[in-house]
Amino acid sequence: MSFFKRIALAAAVTVIAVGGAAAQEPAKIRIGTEGAYPPFNFLDASGELKGFDVDIAKALCTAMQAECEFVVQDWDGMIPALQAGKFDAIIASMSITEERLKQVDFTSKYYNTPPAIAVPKDSTLAGVTPEELGSLQLGAQSSTTHSNYAEEKFPDAALKLYPTAEEYKLDLASGRIDAAIDDVVVLSEWLATEEGACCKILGTLTPDPAINGPGAGIAIRQGETELKAKFDAAIEAIRADGTYKTINDAYFQFDVYGG
Amino acid sequence: MSDTTLPPPPAPARRWTTARIAGHGFMGFWILLAGVIGWAIFGDWDSGFLVQYAPRYLNGLTTTLQLVGLAMLFGALLSLPITWARLSSNRLVGALAFGWVYFFRGTPLLAQTFLVYYGAGTFRAEFEALGLWPFFRDAFFCAVFTFSLNTSAYQAEILAGSIRNVARGQREAAAALGLSRYVTMRKIVLPQAFIVSLRPYGNEIILMIKGSAIASIVTVFDLMGETRRIFSRTFDFEAYFWAAVLYLVMVELIRRLWDRIERHLTQHLVRRTDNEA
Repeated sequence: MSFFKRIALAAAVTVIAVGGAAAQEPAKIRIGTEGAYPPFNFLDASGELKGFDVDIAKALCTAMQAECEFVVQDWDGMIPALQAGKFDAIIASMSITEERLKQVDFTSKYYNTPPAIAVPKDSTLAGVTPEELGSLQLGAQSSTTHSNYAEEKFPDAALKLYPTAEEYKLDLASGRIDAAIDDVVVLSEWLATEEGACCKILGTLTPDPAINGPGAGIAIRQGETELKAKFDAAIEAIRADGTYKTINDAYFQFDVYGG
Repeated sequence: MSDTTLPPPPAPARRWTTARIAGHGFMGFWILLAGVIGWAIFGDWDSGFLVQYAPRYLNGLTTTLQLVGLAMLFGALLSLPITWARLSSNRLVGALAFGWVYFFRGTPLLAQTFLVYYGAGTFRAEFEALGLWPFFRDAFFCAVFTFSLNTSAYQAEILAGSIRNVARGQREAAAALGLSRYVTMRKIVLPQAFIVSLRPYGNEIILMIKGSAIASIVTVFDLMGETRRIFSRTFDFEAYFWAAVLYLVMVELIRRLWDRIERHLTQHLVRRTDNEA
Protein backbone atom coordinates (compact mmCIF):
# COMPACT_ATOMS: atom_id res chain seq x y z
CA MET A 1 0.00 0.00 0.00
CA SER A 2 2.60 2.44 1.16
CA PHE A 3 4.33 2.51 -2.22
CA PHE A 4 1.21 3.72 -3.94
CA LYS A 5 0.36 6.01 -1.07
CA ARG A 6 3.72 7.69 -1.52
CA ILE A 7 3.21 8.05 -5.24
CA ALA A 8 -0.30 9.34 -4.64
CA LEU A 9 1.12 11.76 -2.10
CA ALA A 10 3.75 12.94 -4.55
CA ALA A 11 1.07 13.38 -7.21
CA ALA A 12 -1.16 15.21 -4.76
CA VAL A 13 1.65 17.55 -3.77
CA THR A 14 2.29 18.29 -7.42
CA VAL A 15 -1.37 18.93 -8.09
CA ILE A 16 -1.65 21.25 -5.10
CA ALA A 17 1.56 23.05 -6.04
CA VAL A 18 0.37 23.52 -9.61
CA GLY A 19 -3.29 24.12 -9.03
CA GLY A 20 -2.76 26.03 -5.75
CA ALA A 21 -5.32 28.77 -5.67
CA ALA A 22 -8.04 26.86 -7.49
CA ALA A 23 -7.93 24.00 -4.99
CA GLN A 24 -8.39 26.33 -2.05
CA GLU A 25 -11.94 27.37 -2.87
CA PRO A 26 -14.72 25.63 -0.94
CA ALA A 27 -15.14 23.15 -3.76
CA LYS A 28 -18.04 20.89 -4.42
CA ILE A 29 -18.23 17.64 -2.54
CA ARG A 30 -17.84 14.85 -5.04
CA ILE A 31 -19.71 11.70 -4.08
CA GLY A 32 -18.82 8.31 -5.46
CA THR A 33 -21.53 5.72 -5.95
CA GLU A 34 -21.90 2.51 -7.91
CA GLY A 35 -25.14 2.91 -9.84
CA ALA A 36 -25.76 -0.84 -10.08
CA TYR A 37 -27.29 -1.70 -6.73
CA PRO A 38 -31.04 -1.10 -6.86
CA PRO A 39 -32.94 0.10 -4.94
CA PHE A 40 -30.07 1.83 -3.15
CA ASN A 41 -28.29 3.28 -6.15
CA PHE A 42 -28.91 2.66 -9.82
CA LEU A 43 -29.04 4.32 -13.20
CA ASP A 44 -32.56 4.67 -14.56
CA ALA A 45 -33.54 4.25 -18.19
CA SER A 46 -32.39 7.77 -19.03
CA GLY A 47 -29.02 7.17 -17.40
CA GLU A 48 -29.78 9.26 -14.34
CA LEU A 49 -28.67 8.21 -10.87
CA LYS A 50 -31.56 7.23 -8.63
CA GLY A 51 -32.08 5.35 -5.42
CA PHE A 52 -32.12 5.55 -1.66
CA ASP A 53 -28.38 6.28 -1.36
CA VAL A 54 -28.63 9.01 -3.96
CA ASP A 55 -31.64 10.68 -2.31
CA ILE A 56 -29.96 10.46 1.09
CA ALA A 57 -26.80 11.97 -0.37
CA LYS A 58 -28.79 14.85 -1.86
CA ALA A 59 -30.59 15.42 1.43
CA LEU A 60 -27.27 15.42 3.30
CA CYS A 61 -25.84 17.94 0.86
CA THR A 62 -28.84 20.17 1.36
CA ALA A 63 -28.43 19.86 5.13
CA MET A 64 -24.72 20.72 4.84
CA GLN A 65 -25.54 23.53 2.42
CA ALA A 66 -22.93 22.10 0.11
CA GLU A 67 -22.95 21.61 -3.62
CA CYS A 68 -22.63 17.95 -4.55
CA GLU A 69 -21.63 16.11 -7.66
CA PHE A 70 -22.00 12.38 -8.25
CA VAL A 71 -19.30 10.18 -9.72
CA VAL A 72 -20.19 6.67 -10.89
CA GLN A 73 -17.47 4.18 -10.04
CA ASP A 74 -17.18 0.39 -10.27
CA TRP A 75 -17.58 -1.26 -6.90
CA ASP A 76 -14.22 -3.03 -6.96
CA GLY A 77 -12.32 0.21 -7.34
CA MET A 78 -14.44 2.30 -4.98
CA ILE A 79 -12.00 2.62 -2.05
CA PRO A 80 -8.87 3.07 -4.22
CA ALA A 81 -10.70 5.76 -6.19
CA LEU A 82 -11.61 7.57 -2.96
CA GLN A 83 -8.00 7.38 -1.81
CA ALA A 84 -6.81 8.63 -5.16
CA GLY A 85 -9.04 11.66 -4.81
CA LYS A 86 -11.45 10.91 -7.64
CA PHE A 87 -14.19 11.84 -5.20
CA ASP A 88 -14.46 12.91 -1.55
CA ALA A 89 -17.04 10.53 -0.11
CA ILE A 90 -18.59 7.16 -0.89
CA ILE A 91 -22.33 6.93 -0.46
CA ALA A 92 -22.97 3.53 -1.97
CA SER A 93 -24.38 1.24 0.72
CA MET A 94 -20.89 0.52 1.95
CA SER A 95 -20.91 -1.39 5.22
CA ILE A 96 -18.63 -0.19 7.97
CA THR A 97 -16.15 -3.02 8.53
CA GLU A 98 -12.82 -3.50 10.27
CA GLU A 99 -11.06 -4.28 6.98
CA ARG A 100 -12.29 -1.10 5.36
CA LEU A 101 -11.60 1.02 8.46
CA LYS A 102 -7.91 0.26 7.92
CA GLN A 103 -8.19 2.11 4.62
CA VAL A 104 -10.84 4.80 5.09
CA ASP A 105 -12.87 6.52 7.79
CA PHE A 106 -16.60 6.09 8.11
CA THR A 107 -19.37 8.33 9.40
CA SER A 108 -22.00 6.78 11.62
CA LYS A 109 -24.33 4.42 9.81
CA TYR A 110 -27.22 5.71 7.72
CA TYR A 111 -28.99 2.38 7.37
CA ASN A 112 -28.61 -1.23 8.41
CA THR A 113 -30.36 -4.21 6.86
CA PRO A 114 -29.54 -7.90 7.22
CA PRO A 115 -28.17 -10.18 4.49
CA ALA A 116 -30.36 -12.85 2.93
CA ILE A 117 -30.18 -15.79 0.56
CA ALA A 118 -32.21 -16.00 -2.64
CA VAL A 119 -32.80 -19.26 -4.53
CA PRO A 120 -34.74 -20.31 -7.63
CA LYS A 121 -38.45 -20.92 -6.90
CA ASP A 122 -38.14 -24.65 -7.56
CA SER A 123 -35.24 -24.99 -5.13
CA THR A 124 -35.50 -27.83 -2.62
CA LEU A 125 -33.36 -26.12 -0.02
CA ALA A 126 -35.02 -26.00 3.37
CA GLY A 127 -33.12 -23.26 5.17
CA VAL A 128 -30.14 -20.96 5.32
CA THR A 129 -27.90 -23.27 7.35
CA PRO A 130 -24.32 -24.17 6.36
CA GLU A 131 -25.48 -27.81 6.10
CA GLU A 132 -28.21 -26.99 3.58
CA LEU A 133 -25.97 -24.73 1.52
CA GLY A 134 -23.14 -27.25 1.77
CA SER A 135 -21.54 -27.85 -1.60
CA LEU A 136 -23.76 -25.60 -3.69
CA GLN A 137 -22.79 -22.89 -6.14
CA LEU A 138 -23.27 -19.68 -4.18
CA GLY A 139 -23.07 -16.32 -5.93
CA ALA A 140 -22.16 -12.95 -4.43
CA GLN A 141 -20.86 -9.59 -5.51
CA SER A 142 -17.10 -9.42 -4.96
CA SER A 143 -15.54 -7.10 -2.37
CA THR A 144 -18.73 -7.02 -0.34
CA THR A 145 -19.55 -7.97 3.22
CA HIS A 146 -21.82 -10.58 1.66
CA SER A 147 -18.99 -12.33 -0.17
CA ASN A 148 -16.96 -12.26 3.05
CA TYR A 149 -19.95 -13.66 4.93
CA ALA A 150 -20.31 -16.49 2.42
CA GLU A 151 -16.60 -17.25 2.61
CA GLU A 152 -16.63 -17.40 6.40
CA LYS A 153 -19.98 -19.01 7.12
CA PHE A 154 -20.41 -21.36 4.17
CA PRO A 155 -16.84 -22.51 3.55
CA ASP A 156 -17.96 -25.68 1.74
CA ALA A 157 -20.06 -23.89 -0.85
CA ALA A 158 -18.46 -23.11 -4.21
CA LEU A 159 -18.35 -19.34 -4.06
CA LYS A 160 -18.70 -17.41 -7.32
CA LEU A 161 -17.85 -13.73 -7.26
CA TYR A 162 -19.35 -11.19 -9.65
CA PRO A 163 -18.28 -7.60 -10.31
CA THR A 164 -21.84 -6.28 -9.95
CA ALA A 165 -25.13 -7.48 -8.51
CA GLU A 166 -26.64 -7.53 -12.01
CA GLU A 167 -24.45 -10.45 -12.98
CA TYR A 168 -25.21 -12.84 -10.15
CA LYS A 169 -28.89 -12.07 -10.75
CA LEU A 170 -28.50 -13.22 -14.37
CA ASP A 171 -26.80 -16.41 -13.27
CA LEU A 172 -29.34 -17.11 -10.54
CA ALA A 173 -32.16 -16.65 -13.04
CA SER A 174 -30.49 -19.02 -15.50
CA GLY A 175 -29.87 -21.57 -12.75
CA ARG A 176 -26.13 -21.46 -13.12
CA ILE A 177 -25.81 -20.83 -9.41
CA ASP A 178 -28.01 -22.46 -6.78
CA ALA A 179 -28.23 -19.49 -4.45
CA ALA A 180 -27.15 -15.88 -4.11
CA ILE A 181 -26.35 -13.86 -1.03
CA ASP A 182 -26.95 -10.12 -0.75
CA ASP A 183 -28.75 -7.47 1.24
CA VAL A 184 -32.34 -8.54 1.90
CA VAL A 185 -33.66 -5.25 0.52
CA VAL A 186 -31.69 -5.56 -2.70
CA LEU A 187 -32.88 -9.13 -3.21
CA SER A 188 -36.52 -8.38 -2.40
CA GLU A 189 -36.55 -5.43 -4.75
CA TRP A 190 -35.22 -7.59 -7.57
CA LEU A 191 -37.60 -10.46 -6.84
CA ALA A 192 -40.52 -8.06 -7.22
CA THR A 193 -39.49 -7.29 -10.81
CA GLU A 194 -40.14 -9.35 -13.91
CA GLU A 195 -36.53 -10.54 -14.12
CA GLY A 196 -36.64 -11.68 -10.53
CA ALA A 197 -39.79 -13.77 -11.00
CA CYS A 198 -37.59 -16.87 -11.20
CA CYS A 199 -36.59 -16.75 -7.59
CA LYS A 200 -37.55 -16.35 -3.97
CA ILE A 201 -35.98 -15.47 -0.64
CA LEU A 202 -34.93 -18.60 1.20
CA GLY A 203 -34.38 -16.72 4.41
CA THR A 204 -32.53 -13.87 6.05
CA LEU A 205 -29.22 -14.46 7.78
CA THR A 206 -28.17 -13.35 11.22
CA PRO A 207 -25.64 -10.56 10.69
CA ASP A 208 -22.23 -11.18 12.21
CA PRO A 209 -20.94 -7.91 13.69
CA ALA A 210 -17.36 -8.94 12.86
CA ILE A 211 -18.25 -9.27 9.16
CA ASN A 212 -21.26 -7.05 8.57
CA GLY A 213 -20.35 -4.25 10.95
CA PRO A 214 -22.84 -1.76 12.33
CA GLY A 215 -24.40 -0.93 8.96
CA ALA A 216 -23.78 1.17 5.89
CA GLY A 217 -21.90 4.42 6.41
CA ILE A 218 -20.33 7.15 4.33
CA ALA A 219 -16.67 6.50 3.62
CA ILE A 220 -14.21 9.38 3.49
CA ARG A 221 -10.45 9.60 3.32
CA GLN A 222 -8.65 9.00 6.59
CA GLY A 223 -7.94 12.08 8.61
CA GLU A 224 -10.57 14.30 7.04
CA THR A 225 -12.26 14.85 10.36
CA GLU A 226 -13.96 18.06 9.33
CA LEU A 227 -15.85 16.44 6.46
CA LYS A 228 -16.70 13.45 8.67
CA ALA A 229 -18.11 15.74 11.34
CA LYS A 230 -20.18 17.60 8.74
CA PHE A 231 -21.63 14.37 7.40
CA ASP A 232 -22.34 13.02 10.89
CA ALA A 233 -24.15 16.21 11.80
CA ALA A 234 -26.10 16.11 8.54
CA ILE A 235 -27.19 12.51 9.15
CA GLU A 236 -28.49 13.52 12.57
CA ALA A 237 -30.19 16.54 11.08
CA ILE A 238 -32.12 14.63 8.42
CA ARG A 239 -33.00 11.94 10.96
CA ALA A 240 -34.40 14.63 13.25
CA ASP A 241 -36.30 16.77 10.75
CA GLY A 242 -38.14 13.91 9.06
CA THR A 243 -36.34 14.08 5.71
CA TYR A 244 -34.90 10.64 6.32
CA LYS A 245 -38.34 9.20 7.01
CA THR A 246 -39.77 10.73 3.84
CA ILE A 247 -37.01 9.20 1.74
CA ASN A 248 -37.29 5.90 3.61
CA ASP A 249 -41.02 5.72 2.98
CA ALA A 250 -40.60 6.49 -0.71
CA TYR A 251 -38.61 3.28 -1.09
CA PHE A 252 -39.53 0.92 1.72
CA GLN A 253 -42.48 -0.16 3.81
CA PHE A 254 -40.26 -0.56 6.86
CA ASP A 255 -37.51 1.39 8.58
CA VAL A 256 -34.12 0.60 7.02
CA TYR A 257 -32.23 2.55 9.66
CA GLY A 258 -32.36 -0.53 11.87
CA GLY A 259 -31.85 -0.84 15.60
CA MET B 1 46.25 -15.79 -43.92
CA SER B 2 49.66 -14.18 -44.32
CA ASP B 3 52.34 -14.30 -41.64
CA THR B 4 52.77 -10.57 -41.28
CA THR B 5 49.53 -9.31 -39.84
CA LEU B 6 49.45 -5.63 -39.03
CA PRO B 7 48.39 -4.63 -35.53
CA PRO B 8 44.84 -3.33 -35.45
CA PRO B 9 44.59 0.45 -35.78
CA PRO B 10 44.20 2.30 -32.46
CA ALA B 11 40.62 2.89 -31.44
CA PRO B 12 39.51 6.41 -32.29
CA ALA B 13 39.28 8.65 -29.25
CA ARG B 14 35.70 8.76 -28.01
CA ARG B 15 34.63 12.31 -27.67
CA TRP B 16 31.92 13.71 -25.45
CA THR B 17 29.38 14.46 -28.10
CA THR B 18 25.99 15.94 -27.21
CA ALA B 19 24.37 12.58 -27.91
CA ARG B 20 26.75 10.82 -25.57
CA ILE B 21 26.20 13.31 -22.76
CA ALA B 22 22.45 13.06 -23.27
CA GLY B 23 22.74 9.26 -23.23
CA HIS B 24 24.53 9.29 -19.88
CA GLY B 25 21.97 11.76 -18.60
CA PHE B 26 19.06 9.53 -19.57
CA MET B 27 20.75 6.46 -18.17
CA GLY B 28 21.32 8.24 -14.88
CA PHE B 29 17.67 9.27 -14.81
CA TRP B 30 16.46 5.70 -15.33
CA ILE B 31 18.81 4.31 -12.69
CA LEU B 32 17.58 6.97 -10.27
CA LEU B 33 13.97 6.15 -11.08
CA ALA B 34 14.58 2.42 -10.59
CA GLY B 35 16.20 3.24 -7.26
CA VAL B 36 13.24 5.34 -6.13
CA ILE B 37 10.74 2.68 -7.13
CA GLY B 38 12.84 -0.01 -5.45
CA TRP B 39 13.03 2.06 -2.29
CA ALA B 40 9.29 2.73 -2.37
CA ILE B 41 8.44 -0.94 -2.78
CA PHE B 42 11.00 -2.44 -0.45
CA GLY B 43 11.05 0.43 2.03
CA ASP B 44 8.51 -1.16 4.31
CA TRP B 45 7.88 -4.46 2.70
CA ASP B 46 5.13 -6.61 4.11
CA SER B 47 6.84 -9.97 3.79
CA GLY B 48 3.85 -11.72 5.33
CA PHE B 49 1.68 -10.82 2.37
CA LEU B 50 3.14 -13.24 -0.12
CA VAL B 51 3.46 -15.98 2.46
CA GLN B 52 -0.15 -15.60 3.45
CA TYR B 53 -1.57 -15.55 -0.06
CA ALA B 54 0.88 -17.82 -1.91
CA PRO B 55 -1.57 -20.76 -1.97
CA ARG B 56 -4.21 -18.51 -3.54
CA TYR B 57 -1.78 -17.31 -6.19
CA LEU B 58 -0.64 -20.86 -6.94
CA ASN B 59 -4.23 -21.97 -7.24
CA GLY B 60 -4.94 -19.13 -9.65
CA LEU B 61 -1.76 -19.81 -11.61
CA THR B 62 -2.74 -23.46 -12.09
CA THR B 63 -6.17 -22.44 -13.33
CA THR B 64 -4.68 -19.92 -15.75
CA LEU B 65 -2.25 -22.51 -17.12
CA GLN B 66 -5.05 -25.05 -17.56
CA LEU B 67 -7.25 -22.46 -19.21
CA VAL B 68 -4.59 -21.31 -21.66
CA GLY B 69 -3.29 -24.85 -22.30
CA LEU B 70 -6.71 -26.24 -23.14
CA ALA B 71 -7.70 -23.22 -25.22
CA MET B 72 -4.47 -23.34 -27.23
CA LEU B 73 -4.85 -27.08 -27.80
CA PHE B 74 -8.48 -26.97 -28.93
CA GLY B 75 -7.80 -23.78 -30.86
CA ALA B 76 -4.95 -25.48 -32.72
CA LEU B 77 -7.13 -28.46 -33.62
CA LEU B 78 -9.94 -26.19 -34.73
CA SER B 79 -7.60 -23.99 -36.73
CA LEU B 80 -6.63 -26.85 -39.08
CA PRO B 81 -9.96 -27.14 -40.92
CA ILE B 82 -10.31 -23.36 -40.84
CA THR B 83 -6.89 -22.95 -42.45
CA TRP B 84 -7.82 -25.50 -45.05
CA ALA B 85 -11.04 -23.59 -45.75
CA ARG B 86 -9.18 -20.29 -45.80
CA LEU B 87 -6.87 -21.60 -48.53
CA SER B 88 -9.63 -23.38 -50.38
CA SER B 89 -10.30 -22.35 -53.95
CA ASN B 90 -14.01 -22.88 -53.30
CA ARG B 91 -15.35 -19.37 -52.81
CA LEU B 92 -18.16 -20.31 -50.42
CA VAL B 93 -15.85 -22.29 -48.14
CA GLY B 94 -13.29 -19.51 -48.28
CA ALA B 95 -15.89 -16.88 -47.46
CA LEU B 96 -17.14 -18.86 -44.45
CA ALA B 97 -13.64 -19.20 -43.08
CA PHE B 98 -12.99 -15.53 -43.74
CA GLY B 99 -16.20 -14.67 -41.87
CA TRP B 100 -15.09 -16.76 -38.90
CA VAL B 101 -11.68 -15.08 -38.72
CA TYR B 102 -13.24 -11.66 -39.35
CA PHE B 103 -15.66 -12.02 -36.45
CA PHE B 104 -13.23 -13.37 -33.86
CA ARG B 105 -10.44 -10.99 -34.74
CA GLY B 106 -12.71 -8.00 -35.04
CA THR B 107 -14.53 -8.20 -31.70
CA PRO B 108 -13.10 -7.94 -28.18
CA LEU B 109 -12.45 -11.18 -26.33
CA LEU B 110 -14.34 -9.68 -23.40
CA ALA B 111 -17.48 -9.23 -25.50
CA GLN B 112 -17.15 -12.78 -26.85
CA THR B 113 -16.79 -14.16 -23.34
CA PHE B 114 -19.86 -12.28 -22.10
CA LEU B 115 -21.82 -13.39 -25.17
CA VAL B 116 -21.04 -17.04 -24.53
CA TYR B 117 -21.31 -16.98 -20.75
CA TYR B 118 -24.45 -14.90 -20.24
CA GLY B 119 -25.85 -15.82 -23.65
CA ALA B 120 -25.69 -19.51 -22.77
CA GLY B 121 -27.49 -18.73 -19.52
CA THR B 122 -30.56 -17.46 -21.33
CA PHE B 123 -30.79 -20.58 -23.50
CA ARG B 124 -30.74 -22.99 -20.61
CA ALA B 125 -33.81 -24.95 -21.74
CA GLU B 126 -32.39 -25.47 -25.23
CA PHE B 127 -29.01 -26.55 -23.89
CA GLU B 128 -30.66 -28.90 -21.43
CA ALA B 129 -32.58 -30.52 -24.28
CA LEU B 130 -29.29 -31.04 -26.07
CA GLY B 131 -27.59 -32.27 -22.91
CA LEU B 132 -25.03 -29.46 -23.12
CA TRP B 133 -26.09 -27.49 -20.05
CA PRO B 134 -23.57 -29.09 -17.64
CA PHE B 135 -20.86 -27.85 -19.99
CA PHE B 136 -22.19 -24.33 -20.44
CA ARG B 137 -23.19 -24.02 -16.81
CA ASP B 138 -19.57 -24.10 -15.78
CA ALA B 139 -17.74 -20.79 -16.08
CA PHE B 140 -14.38 -22.47 -16.66
CA PHE B 141 -15.71 -24.48 -19.60
CA CYS B 142 -17.39 -21.40 -21.03
CA ALA B 143 -14.05 -19.58 -20.87
CA VAL B 144 -12.17 -22.48 -22.48
CA PHE B 145 -14.84 -22.64 -25.20
CA THR B 146 -14.69 -18.92 -25.99
CA PHE B 147 -10.90 -18.71 -25.85
CA SER B 148 -10.60 -21.77 -28.13
CA LEU B 149 -12.85 -20.21 -30.74
CA ASN B 150 -11.03 -16.92 -30.47
CA THR B 151 -7.54 -18.35 -30.76
CA SER B 152 -8.58 -20.71 -33.56
CA ALA B 153 -9.24 -17.69 -35.75
CA TYR B 154 -5.83 -16.18 -35.01
CA GLN B 155 -4.03 -19.50 -35.37
CA ALA B 156 -5.75 -20.24 -38.67
CA GLU B 157 -4.64 -16.86 -39.96
CA ILE B 158 -1.06 -17.48 -38.81
CA LEU B 159 -0.96 -20.90 -40.44
CA ALA B 160 -2.65 -19.81 -43.66
CA GLY B 161 -0.33 -16.82 -43.94
CA SER B 162 2.82 -18.88 -43.48
CA ILE B 163 1.66 -21.53 -45.97
CA ARG B 164 1.01 -18.80 -48.53
CA ASN B 165 4.46 -17.48 -47.72
CA VAL B 166 6.18 -20.59 -49.10
CA ALA B 167 7.33 -19.70 -52.59
CA ARG B 168 5.07 -20.95 -55.35
CA GLY B 169 8.04 -22.29 -57.29
CA GLN B 170 8.67 -24.94 -54.63
CA ARG B 171 5.25 -26.43 -55.18
CA GLU B 172 5.71 -26.32 -58.91
CA ALA B 173 9.09 -28.02 -58.57
CA ALA B 174 7.57 -30.72 -56.37
CA ALA B 175 4.80 -31.24 -58.92
CA ALA B 176 7.41 -31.48 -61.69
CA LEU B 177 9.17 -34.20 -59.68
CA GLY B 178 5.88 -36.07 -59.52
CA LEU B 179 5.39 -35.74 -55.75
CA SER B 180 1.83 -36.10 -54.57
CA ARG B 181 0.10 -33.10 -53.05
CA TYR B 182 0.10 -34.73 -49.63
CA VAL B 183 3.85 -35.40 -49.69
CA THR B 184 4.51 -31.90 -51.02
CA MET B 185 2.50 -30.45 -48.15
CA ARG B 186 4.04 -32.60 -45.43
CA LYS B 187 7.65 -32.66 -46.55
CA ILE B 188 8.11 -29.35 -48.31
CA VAL B 189 5.51 -26.73 -47.52
CA LEU B 190 4.66 -27.36 -43.87
CA PRO B 191 8.24 -27.59 -42.52
CA GLN B 192 9.01 -24.20 -44.03
CA ALA B 193 5.66 -22.76 -43.04
CA PHE B 194 6.20 -23.89 -39.48
CA ILE B 195 9.44 -21.93 -39.15
CA VAL B 196 7.70 -18.79 -40.37
CA SER B 197 4.73 -19.29 -38.10
CA LEU B 198 6.76 -20.09 -34.99
CA ARG B 199 7.11 -16.50 -33.76
CA PRO B 200 3.48 -15.55 -34.40
CA TYR B 201 2.44 -18.73 -32.56
CA GLY B 202 4.55 -17.71 -29.59
CA ASN B 203 2.97 -14.27 -29.65
CA GLU B 204 -0.46 -15.84 -29.75
CA ILE B 205 0.28 -17.91 -26.64
CA ILE B 206 1.55 -14.83 -24.85
CA LEU B 207 -1.53 -12.85 -25.87
CA MET B 208 -3.71 -15.72 -24.69
CA ILE B 209 -1.96 -15.86 -21.30
CA LYS B 210 -2.63 -12.19 -20.77
CA GLY B 211 -6.09 -12.29 -22.34
CA SER B 212 -7.11 -15.15 -20.06
CA ALA B 213 -7.40 -12.61 -17.24
CA ILE B 214 -10.82 -11.88 -18.74
CA ALA B 215 -12.04 -15.18 -17.31
CA SER B 216 -11.94 -13.57 -13.88
CA ILE B 217 -14.91 -11.38 -14.86
CA VAL B 218 -17.10 -14.45 -15.34
CA THR B 219 -16.30 -15.86 -11.89
CA VAL B 220 -13.35 -18.11 -12.81
CA PHE B 221 -10.70 -17.95 -10.10
CA ASP B 222 -7.76 -17.77 -12.45
CA LEU B 223 -4.64 -15.81 -11.49
CA MET B 224 -6.46 -12.52 -12.00
CA GLY B 225 -9.59 -13.78 -10.24
CA GLU B 226 -7.61 -14.80 -7.17
CA THR B 227 -5.76 -11.50 -7.28
CA ARG B 228 -9.00 -9.56 -7.31
CA ARG B 229 -10.22 -11.64 -4.40
CA ILE B 230 -7.02 -10.97 -2.45
CA PHE B 231 -7.28 -7.28 -3.25
CA SER B 232 -10.90 -7.16 -2.14
CA ARG B 233 -9.86 -8.40 1.30
CA THR B 234 -6.69 -6.37 1.75
CA PHE B 235 -7.08 -3.26 -0.47
CA ASP B 236 -3.34 -3.69 -0.91
CA PHE B 237 -1.97 -2.96 -4.37
CA GLU B 238 0.81 -5.39 -3.67
CA ALA B 239 -1.75 -8.00 -4.73
CA TYR B 240 -1.59 -6.76 -8.31
CA PHE B 241 2.18 -6.44 -8.18
CA TRP B 242 2.60 -10.17 -7.53
CA ALA B 243 0.07 -11.05 -10.20
CA ALA B 244 2.05 -8.95 -12.68
CA VAL B 245 5.25 -10.73 -11.65
CA LEU B 246 3.65 -14.13 -12.18
CA TYR B 247 2.30 -13.18 -15.62
CA LEU B 248 5.74 -11.84 -16.50
CA VAL B 249 7.41 -15.08 -15.43
CA MET B 250 5.00 -17.11 -17.59
CA VAL B 251 5.65 -14.92 -20.61
CA GLU B 252 9.41 -15.00 -20.04
CA LEU B 253 9.40 -18.81 -19.89
CA ILE B 254 7.50 -18.99 -23.16
CA ARG B 255 9.92 -16.54 -24.72
CA ARG B 256 12.94 -18.62 -23.70
CA LEU B 257 11.33 -21.85 -24.80
CA TRP B 258 10.55 -20.28 -28.15
CA ASP B 259 14.14 -19.12 -28.62
CA ARG B 260 15.26 -22.71 -28.10
CA ILE B 261 12.71 -24.16 -30.48
CA GLU B 262 13.65 -21.63 -33.10
CA ARG B 263 17.35 -22.40 -32.76
CA HIS B 264 16.54 -26.08 -33.09
CA LEU B 265 14.33 -25.68 -36.15
CA THR B 266 16.62 -23.31 -38.00
CA GLN B 267 19.90 -25.19 -37.53
CA HIS B 268 20.22 -25.60 -41.28
CA LEU B 269 20.01 -21.85 -41.80
CA VAL B 270 22.79 -20.91 -39.37
CA ARG B 271 26.11 -20.17 -41.05
CA ARG B 272 28.74 -22.24 -39.32
CA THR B 273 32.00 -20.48 -38.39
CA ASP B 274 35.34 -21.94 -39.37
CA ASN B 275 36.55 -23.06 -35.95
CA GLU B 276 33.40 -25.14 -35.58
CA ALA B 277 33.99 -26.89 -38.89
